[in-house]
Amino acid sequence: MALVELRQVSKIYRLGDEEIRALDAVDLDIEEGEFISIIGPSGSGKSTLMHILGCLDSPTHGTIRLDGMMIEKATTRQLAAIRNRKIGFVFQFFNLLPKLNVLQNVELPMIYSGIGGEERKRRAMASLEAVDLANRSRHRPSQLSGGQQQRAAIARALVNDPRIIFADEPTGNLDSHTGEAILGLFRRLSREGRTIVLVTHDPEIAAVTPRRIEIRDGKVALKADPRLSGAERASA
Amino acid sequence: MNEARDRETALIRASRAQLVVMVLAGLREIWAHKFRSLLTMLGIILGVSSLVAMSALVSGMEKGAREALIAIGGLEKVRVEPQDLPKEQRHLADQAAGITLNDVRALQASAPLVTRISPEMRLPATFSANGKTFRPWNCTGVWPVALELSEHVVEHGRMFNELDDEMARSVCVIGTATRDELWGSPEKAGREIIPVGETVFINGVPFTIIGMFKHYESEQERKTRELAAAEAGGNANPRVARNRGYNRRPGNFVFYLKNATVYVPLNTVWMKFRSGMTLTAQQQARESRGGFGAPSAPGDPRLSSLELRLSGIDRLPEALQQARNVLMTTHKGIEDFSFRTQEDWAEQINTFIRNARLSGGLIAGISLLVGGIGIMNIMLASISERVREIGIRKSVGASTFDIFTQILVEAVVIAILGGLAGLLASFALVRALGSISPTENAPIVSAGALLVAFAFSALVGVLAGLIPALKAARLNPIQALRYE
Repeated sequence: MALVELRQVSKIYRLGDEEIRALDAVDLDIEEGEFISIIGPSGSGKSTLMHILGCLDSPTHGTIRLDGMMIEKATTRQLAAIRNRKIGFVFQFFNLLPKLNVLQNVELPMIYSGIGGEERKRRAMASLEAVDLANRSRHRPSQLSGGQQQRAAIARALVNDPRIIFADEPTGNLDSHTGEAILGLFRRLSREGRTIVLVTHDPEIAAVTPRRIEIRDGKVALKADPRLSGAERASA
Repeated sequence: MNEARDRETALIRASRAQLVVMVLAGLREIWAHKFRSLLTMLGIILGVSSLVAMSALVSGMEKGAREALIAIGGLEKVRVEPQDLPKEQRHLADQAAGITLNDVRALQASAPLVTRISPEMRLPATFSANGKTFRPWNCTGVWPVALELSEHVVEHGRMFNELDDEMARSVCVIGTATRDELWGSPEKAGREIIPVGETVFINGVPFTIIGMFKHYESEQERKTRELAAAEAGGNANPRVARNRGYNRRPGNFVFYLKNATVYVPLNTVWMKFRSGMTLTAQQQARESRGGFGAPSAPGDPRLSSLELRLSGIDRLPEALQQARNVLMTTHKGIEDFSFRTQEDWAEQINTFIRNARLSGGLIAGISLLVGGIGIMNIMLASISERVREIGIRKSVGASTFDIFTQILVEAVVIAILGGLAGLLASFALVRALGSISPTENAPIVSAGALLVAFAFSALVGVLAGLIPALKAARLNPIQALRYE
């Protein structure tokens, strides 16, 4: 059984009389340990797909199974718990809280999973060490470079040991050299067995992942993906 | 079973840890916007301190009123006063005897629950001596027992005795107000003045002053006077002495009235002023109205009132009934008298206190409400500044409830800090109010009032935080994350 299974997932927005299909009957499987990129131009629906995969949004139609749980039936409270324990997010603009220092930012997910202070600190430090940022733990995000901020964000995504990590244009706000380093970090995490989904508009970045899925007009475009899953082949 | 309990305790521990983190986050948020938070808290500070100050003022007044109640003889004291006949007995008016010494003797003989009886014959009197005149509030012919009944203490000289009364001697015992008016107050003169042995003319008849009551005052008044005396002693400045005339500050009129009392033997009043020899205009007016020569026992003087002391407050109704039965017999069923208990007065005090508390509480409540609106306003502004933060928190797994609690805790933290500052401010406010307060009763700050005010501030925080917290909790995480 795949880690993530999307079946006929559609997301429909209504703007007045107009119906916008941001996602149109998408089928997608992501296996445990995969390093996969979702690629597509802006407005293609890749962000919507990531939001639905990341339990930030729920689909209009279709079913999603994440780690054996049916997501579309979950309450907002359960979705929050799933985001907290099973999912890690890395964003283009880092999304660190400016008033907290790096350590406190990394501790944030554990506060919502109710982990006590000592344990929180220990795990946050371990996570920061994994991204080589332990020596900056007392700094504010504004005192760090872009690459360091993104590493802090990755440390935060890792800290609750999630089943899957979503990275939305993680290099979009970094120079190419720093971007390379961040991608290298993702590759390393992938080698360590993490499941990582990279969302990007840049084919060059997508090239680092073994598997690529292209989204166009809310649909999965087949030819970009050399290793179609069974369901995708069936729908083709 | 065991596992479930373990999980439960772990959850409780976790939520407690979370609460600590939230309170710290709230404090950090307040610290980050110091001036804004201070302005917001100001509403609560004012609300809480005015609530405490109001309650302190009312408590002070209440204490003053109770002191005054005790000063006039307490609850066991009952007055019997003449009253107009009820409608159905109007035709018996010419047979109404009024209150007389007959009643006193009857009560002494047959009303065991009445422990002390003091007949009173009021005399509208003008005092003159030392080239000055004075009309004391209360010049009354009494028996020596009145001293005990009205809680009077003779400090200088002596009270007249049964013999003085029997012989109708021209002696009187005065209060300090009469002394102040005729001979001057010790504060002004700078020395104690005791006019015992002096002669005073009451309605033109010479009387010898044989005693003077002590100066009655409330606890607060005494403190103020002693303080003034101490200051005056320090710099020998008599200017600070308090005026004891009519233009004194209100609030302790009971003590003033008590000081303006003069006692004369009952028999003397009767012999010198009532037996038809030297009638003043007022007495003539009264007699034409009341019919002094009404058919009572010959020579039995009509009294203006009786003061009774009953055996105890708990048996007040029985004692009153007993006295009533006796008086109904001596008055042949004609109800030309009525009882006035201090209970009515105590009731009035209670009503007044209740009203003062209610209106003061209302005003303080409104200012707390305004403070609450201030908190709500600032929380709404704060969350619209922090939409992105809320989105980030939601994306890492904060539930709707987590965000709700966080904003609510922040509001409550502001309110509680404001409440604590308000408690401190209230002491200063009470001090300030004490010096300009309309009564001379020192405000009393009670622990209960502090607690209630503090609890109200916390409650206001919760109420003010609800709407902003709901608004924040309902934010859509995707839109919140995109928010710039």
